[in-house]
Amino acid sequence: MKKKRLKNKYPRKYGEILLGAITWAAALLMTAVLLYIIGFIVYRGAPYLKPSLFSPTYNSTNVSLLPALVSTVYMTAFALAVALPLGLGAAIYLAEYARRGHKVVRLIRLATETLAGIPSIIHGLFGMLFFVTYLGWGFSLLAGVCTLAIMILPLIMRASEEALLAAPDSYREGAFALGAGKLRTVFRIVLPAAAPGILAGVILSVGRIVGETAALIYTAGTVAQMPFAEGGPPLIDVFASVRTLSVHMYALTREGLHTNEGFATALTLLAVVMGINAAAAWMAGRVGKNRS
Amino acid sequence: MRRFEAELTELNSSLIEMGAMIEASIAGAVRALAEQDRSVAEAVISGDNQIDDKEKEIETLCLRLLLARQPVARDFRQISTALKMVTDMERIGDQAADISEICLGLIGQSYIKKIERIPRMASATTLMVTRSIDAYVRKDPELAQSVIESDDIVDGLFFEIRAELIQLVHADAANGEQAFDLMQIAKYFERIGDHACNIAEWVIFFLTGRRKNKQLL
Amino acid sequence: MNVFDIQELNLWYGKFQALKDVSLTAADAEITALIGPSGCGKSTLLKTLNRMNDLTPDCRITGSVRLRGQDVYADLPVNELRRRVGMVFQKPNPFPMSVYDNIAFGPRTHGVKSRLALDETVEKSLRSAAIWDEVKDRLRKSALGLSGGQQQRLCIARALAVTPEVLLLDEPTSALDPISTGKIEELLLTLKKNYCIIIVTHNMQQATRISDKTAFFLLGEMVEYDNTEKIFSLPRDKRTEDYVTGRFG
Repeated sequence: MKKKRLKNKYPRKYGEILLGAITWAAALLMTAVLLYIIGFIVYRGAPYLKPSLFSPTYNSTNVSLLPALVSTVYMTAFALAVALPLGLGAAIYLAEYARRGHKVVRLIRLATETLAGIPSIIHGLFGMLFFVTYLGWGFSLLAGVCTLAIMILPLIMRASEEALLAAPDSYREGAFALGAGKLRTVFRIVLPAAAPGILAGVILSVGRIVGETAALIYTAGTVAQMPFAEGGPPLIDVFASVRTLSVHMYALTREGLHTNEGFATALTLLAVVMGINAAAAWMAGRVGKNRS
Repeated sequence: MRRFEAELTELNSSLIEMGAMIEASIAGAVRALAEQDRSVAEAVISGDNQIDDKEKEIETLCLRLLLARQPVARDFRQISTALKMVTDMERIGDQAADISEICLGLIGQSYIKKIERIPRMASATTLMVTRSIDAYVRKDPELAQSVIESDDIVDGLFFEIRAELIQLVHADAANGEQAFDLMQIAKYFERIGDHACNIAEWVIFFLTGRRKNKQLL
Repeated sequence: MNVFDIQELNLWYGKFQALKDVSLTAADAEITALIGPSGCGKSTLLKTLNRMNDLTPDCRITGSVRLRGQDVYADLPVNELRRRVGMVFQKPNPFPMSVYDNIAFGPRTHGVKSRLALDETVEKSLRSAAIWDEVKDRLRKSALGLSGGQQQRLCIARALAVTPEVLLLDEPTSALDPISTGKIEELLLTLKKNYCIIIVTHNMQQATRISDKTAFFLLGEMVEYDNTEKIFSLPRDKRTEDYVTGRFG
């Protein structure tokens, strides 16, 4: 009885019902599209995901994706290894050391935002002209790594700076009041508090690296080989031309001879991305363990 | 804060009303003694209940203000003073009633002496009571001080009356019964003076934070 | 004995003068309360005592602040000063880490590494802050899971862990419910024996309940300083009376 009276008291308006329906439909549509894409890739790719695709060498009869997979992992790791310290360092400077709202800070922020907005093909062009040609590195893992690092630097910087600024000042005050210096305060208190935000930036960056093709074709080339030096793993030849999974897919489908293997690669790429996200979420959970 | 001010004003007017009531009681007791008027005496005795009610009313108001307003500084001193004052004022009312009670017993008797000093004592104590309450209302510490000083006059009159009554008893033992009653009446007036002094001392605390020259807090 | 001795302290934020010729002493084993309307300079004064004002740009100071005879702006390294003068803030601000690490942060900052010594300090500080029994089974859990009142006592424990001589508290109970407030007040009265405590409070009743001395501030000026009972029963200055009785402005 009571429930009925409440319902009568607040009759739902048509607009409200319509809006609810629209948002519900939007969510449904989005999920459907996503599921369709995944389903399509699995449907097309799964039958061709054979063990032979994971053979250590690539040749024109067996278009193995393992070299590309290994290269992708190295490419991601190295690009992050270059960009993360730089981006984080810059973010710490901007958030903790520079005077807030200072002209230089605003200039740097503007520069990073602009950098973030540049299409990846232009990064690729720059990478080719500077790393590949001017520095004479040729199409290489190193040139690819450096280009990708430049590409994700603004992402990491912005995300880290936001995360640092979001850490409440009361943490800093608390640490200073105990006699801690700036360095200790930043690294022991503020940075751990900002870690989840920084990690979000890293995940975003990984997504861009893994999905990148244009910039890499210009800089890392398209050779489907392991990035290992002659001594074999773990020695790495940074000047070896390599292709990542995305580039591999692009190459396969463009040639039109191995479209099915292309779908299998797409499936693998999907699994890699999901794996990386899961790992990041797990790390975020660990870092943020004491925050709840 | 307006409301609090209004409540303090209400407290003040209640105190003034109660002051007027006890002054009327004392005046009635004096008349009952001088004119041997039964109805006046009875009015004083029954009027004591109203004084008691007034005391309770003021106490309730004070306690409520202490609880709700948690007063500090001037407000705190004013309310605690009021709370202490009403006790003495109520006692004064009791004593006026007690005097009237004795007067009822004296009706029909011819006095063994001229009733002369007791009215003087009565007017001196009435003045003390009036002034002590005035001092509170007007926030006048000097007026309060004058009350304390005039207690000596009342005490002096009391001892004179006592000496006179002793002599009367010596002269004729038959005077003893009435002398005893008159002595009690004089003693009551003397006590009223003491209560007026207490009131004056609390008024001085209200105004200066000191009581009997000692800082209480 | 006087622990803090402030003489003719003036402080400016840029062109705005936040403190005007303030002279005040705070003694050992006493609680001094600073009261006054918002923006009167009481919190500013508190921050000059452990130099938290250093963090504010454009802050300029004249006059002297001495901690047991040492000028805090000349004779003492700032980190050492802040070790000796602990601070507790209005909003409980435990670090986003475990209860244990919160308490150990201070001692670790000042070079204590031994596990044994840290364990001992953590327990002692938590006991002093009357919160040991409530957290002893969850030392490894996040401090952010504690209630507001517990968090504030944890912050007091954290301040105590670096063995300070003075405790500065900036409205430490304004964000807490009456029961938590009562516990903190009780705690401060216990701690008083061993520390010089200076507390900023907006709660008059709190000042009367716990403090020995009270200083009233208005527009950067110290209007009146006296025994707390005196301030709240018979203030000398009209402005003090108007403020404490709520007739201000």
